[in-house]
Amino acid sequence: MQKTTIRLPLYVSPVQAGFPSPADDYIELDLDLNDYLIDKPHSTFCVRVKGNSMEGTLIRKDDILIVDRSKTPTNGRVIVAALNGEFTVKRLLITSAGAFLQAEHPAYDPIRIEPGMDFQIWGVVTYTIHKQ
Amino acid sequence: MFALIDCNNFYASCERVFDPTLEDKPVVILSNNDGCVIARSNEAKALGINMAAPAFMMKEVLEKHQVQVFSSNYALYGNMSNRVMCTLHELVPALEVYSIDEAFLDLRNMPYTDLDKLARRIRKTVRQYTGIPVCVGIAPTKTLAKLANRYVKEYTKTGVFLIDNDQVRDQALAATAAGDVWGVGRQYGKLLEEHGISSALDLARTDINWIKKHMSVVGERMVRELRGEPCYDLDEQPQPKKGIITSRSFGTPVTDYAILQEAVATFTARCAEKLRKQKSAAHLMHVFTFTNRHRPDQPQYYGSKVLHLPVATNSTMEMIEVAMRGLKLIFRKGYYYKKAGIMVSGLVPEDQVQTDLFAMNERKRELDRKALVALDKINRRMGRDTVRVALQGYNSSWHLRQERKSRCYTTRWAELLEIGANELR
Repeated sequence: MQKTTIRLPLYVSPVQAGFPSPADDYIELDLDLNDYLIDKPHSTFCVRVKGNSMEGTLIRKDDILIVDRSKTPTNGRVIVAALNGEFTVKRLLITSAGAFLQAEHPAYDPIRIEPGMDFQIWGVVTYTIHKQ
Repeated sequence: MFALIDCNNFYASCERVFDPTLEDKPVVILSNNDGCVIARSNEAKALGINMAAPAFMMKEVLEKHQVQVFSSNYALYGNMSNRVMCTLHELVPALEVYSIDEAFLDLRNMPYTDLDKLARRIRKTVRQYTGIPVCVGIAPTKTLAKLANRYVKEYTKTGVFLIDNDQVRDQALAATAAGDVWGVGRQYGKLLEEHGISSALDLARTDINWIKKHMSVVGERMVRELRGEPCYDLDEQPQPKKGIITSRSFGTPVTDYAILQEAVATFTARCAEKLRKQKSAAHLMHVFTFTNRHRPDQPQYYGSKVLHLPVATNSTMEMIEVAMRGLKLIFRKGYYYKKAGIMVSGLVPEDQVQTDLFAMNERKRELDRKALVALDKINRRMGRDTVRVALQGYNSSWHLRQERKSRCYTTRWAELLEIGANELR
């Protein structure tokens, strides 16, 4: 992910005619969404959701997920995984009964991660971009 | 100590990151025009598929073994390379990018004492962050690090090889052919062979005076490096290129002058952009176009013209003007052109350009310069060739045939990786 700057100027004071506000000396911030959403650009990927299995967590079809592969997939995190040659987004649950991939839609059962399964964690979802 | 990091079957690995069904399957990548094989996964190598093998001749083998075939996707490979390099840089700041899939690291100022552990950490981190598998060779010199990396691939399964004592060094040297040492090349390879120097170990033990006499100072450094004496530092700044070539094979043969003009103008624009990027200007432009020599049934022609620019330039407008003059001189009607291109050489730094005696063009040049800064800026933001010189045109019948190209997963919003596409609705 190349670093790009999207300039969204933050105005400290409303525009006035005449006397300049001393606060204008402090205008220095341009909000950069990359700074906010992306911690490590080189390990961060954007992917698009095409399924509906995570609707309960407000991850819906056509949303863009920001996935950071440098993050450790811990219990409760939403992850992108490759399962039987297909990409899927699920919540990772690590319990005393084993590790599970949990959907957040009633139509899907949790999937137990077994040894020897064609399964690989691809990355940890850090943000969802949803168009209103 | 230096490390050489080399990505395993880089192009095939890039494709695998975004397509898990490719795991353990033979994968090959084809050249620009889908003409021949330029990269292979280990599985494809095991099937005996050779580099540079013309794809149409391999059809049977490719189909029989269900080889997964891809057109080259340089936008993806370039982006993934950048990610690998940034990850390495995060781990070891002293980095030299050596090629799209190789980098040297200088470990001399690093606090690590356990280099084996560091090497394993590099491998694991690059794999996790980017999905790309790498091999690591570590040794006291760059030449030995390169050799260690070669040794990793052939003789180990761990992906790490550390030359940290004389015994291990000699073992790796003995297992490497002298001709495969970094920098030996074909000419010296032949010379060494003639003198019975067959392994890298033989080369390392050759009398240094003999080497000096027959292989100059470059050879001397090579041998000292093989003995473990560092002669080369990291070249942290890449040297300006000596020449730039932009050429393509056409998807379908071109017969029309106007289409050829468009293509050459586009290559020239690309060349000029590259020149400006590295802050050079060119004195020589070489325009060429030729027919398909694998089609003896068609009339054959090779047109080529070198044009001298009195004042070195990197202006798109000026260069296209010159290229068009050249193309007009070499174009012959009635041929099926297979390829065209532009090569620039005689490069000088942009700020050392000598202007012509009468400097008549100086004002125009200054205007050009301002326009081009704006053009590069817009094209960087909006995508290549958003703003273009009219001659570049919008006809794309000469564009590449890239029938099996994967998506630009990392560089285009419309082509992102899709998740859960097969779930029930």
